Amino acid sequence: MPVVLDADRISRSLARIAHEILERNPTIGELALVGIRTRGVPLARRLARAIREINGHDVPTGALDITLYRDDLMRHAVAAQPVIRKTEIPFSIDDKRILLVDDVLYTGRTIRAALDALIEFGRPKAIQLVVLVDRGHRELPIKADYVGKNVPTSLSQSVHVHLTEVDGRDEVEIRES
Amino acid sequence: MKKDLLGIDDLTTDEIHLVLDTAEAMREIGQRPIKKVPTLRGKTIVNLFYEPSTRTRTSFEIAEKRLSADTLNIAVASSSVLKGETLADTAMNIEAMAPDMIVVRHASSGAGHLLSRICRSRIINAGDGMHEHPTQALLDAFTIREHKKRIDGLKVAIIGDLLHSRVLRSNVLLLTKLGAEVWVSGPTTLVPAGIERFGVRVSPRVDEAVVDADVIMMLRIQQERMHGAFIPSLREYFTTFGMTGSRVARAKPDVIIMHPGPMNRGVEIASEVADGPYSVILEQVANGVAVRMAVLYLLAGGPEAD
Repeated sequence: MPVVLDADRISRSLARIAHEILERNPTIGELALVGIRTRGVPLARRLARAIREINGHDVPTGALDITLYRDDLMRHAVAAQPVIRKTEIPFSIDDKRILLVDDVLYTGRTIRAALDALIEFGRPKAIQLVVLVDRGHRELPIKADYVGKNVPTSLSQSVHVHLTEVDGRDEVEIRES
Repeated sequence: MKKDLLGIDDLTTDEIHLVLDTAEAMREIGQRPIKKVPTLRGKTIVNLFYEPSTRTRTSFEIAEKRLSADTLNIAVASSSVLKGETLADTAMNIEAMAPDMIVVRHASSGAGHLLSRICRSRIINAGDGMHEHPTQALLDAFTIREHKKRIDGLKVAIIGDLLHSRVLRSNVLLLTKLGAEVWVSGPTTLVPAGIERFGVRVSPRVDEAVVDADVIMMLRIQQERMHGAFIPSLREYFTTFGMTGSRVARAKPDVIIMHPGPMNRGVEIASEVADGPYSVILEQVANGVAVRMAVLYLLAGGPEAD
């Protein structure tokens, strides 16, 4: 099980992304972070903290559950329905520059669902995508604006992201499935 | 979850918690500017109501629309039932048009079970005679859990027309499954024989049943189901069993007062209580939409019929 990012690399990647975000978005008052459940949410919170450490600014942060927007939801009628968690976006996204945050970018279908879900909350000025790991194999025309690490993978592998807030430790590993 | 939701009996404790947790997430959708998600797009849901209903039918319809299902309502007053068609025939004809779910309310106990046997569509029981009304019990549990943060160990007093109440049956099954201590009270003529077997305490005196209660749930006097003299008069009923401020005072200081509706003010509940600070009656109605969205969502992906 090769570890592709350890705790130190994860925190340095997030710090770098925080700087890149500020560099590309000079009007910081327009920024807001939205994490995709589950592991996009702690990543969004960490980015908010990193931005605050850089310039003292509090970026509003929300959580988005995309389950109800998935394109495969009603196609597997054999299994139990996936558990839905709460979407919490306690601010207006109108005219904001939204930083959508997820742990792994793979087929792009989660992001497609997230864009649909997000747009029902208002009309943001822009949406930018932040991912910790881009593992390739896109099935939709979607590209990340900020990437922690590009990890070339084969389709038989799976990428596992562990974050302290959810899993008790920080680590990204690749497994053969 | 099974294919259909016919009663609380169909649900395990884990499934009940899953419905309540899912409802928590569904409620947020109702607070958005666009109160709609695409989840049940392309699914057809028939609401087949053989009994009058405002709350339950509206609540199901709003829940279905918020999940983007195509819905249609069949109210029996304007249907071929009046021309003598049986429930089974009506169901098979609706079934022939291939809906995905049928929500049924009927005056006969077991109507949902009958449909379940003859239909491939998923069946949700929205009240069958004096048997069960599972989504009502689920929304009641959701409301209790929201206020008390738990159900286990609570004292719940259910007062009123116990005999004719499907709400009572579903609530007793659910609340005892989740570990609540359930007390019931009502006129002797309206207490079903053998109700103790469901694990409830029976008291003929309301004043005893409500002592230190965390939850008081009032049931409607169902005169439309009474074929005989069960109570001397509505006025006497109110004096003996009606929920008044002084009776509420015997319960815990943070008691909540519930009623599944429609209320008979001045019969089972005084207006001062129904509109008072302990009443969560309108919250129950609001929560009903989220709970029904949860049930529709969870059933939509369940196992197919054989």
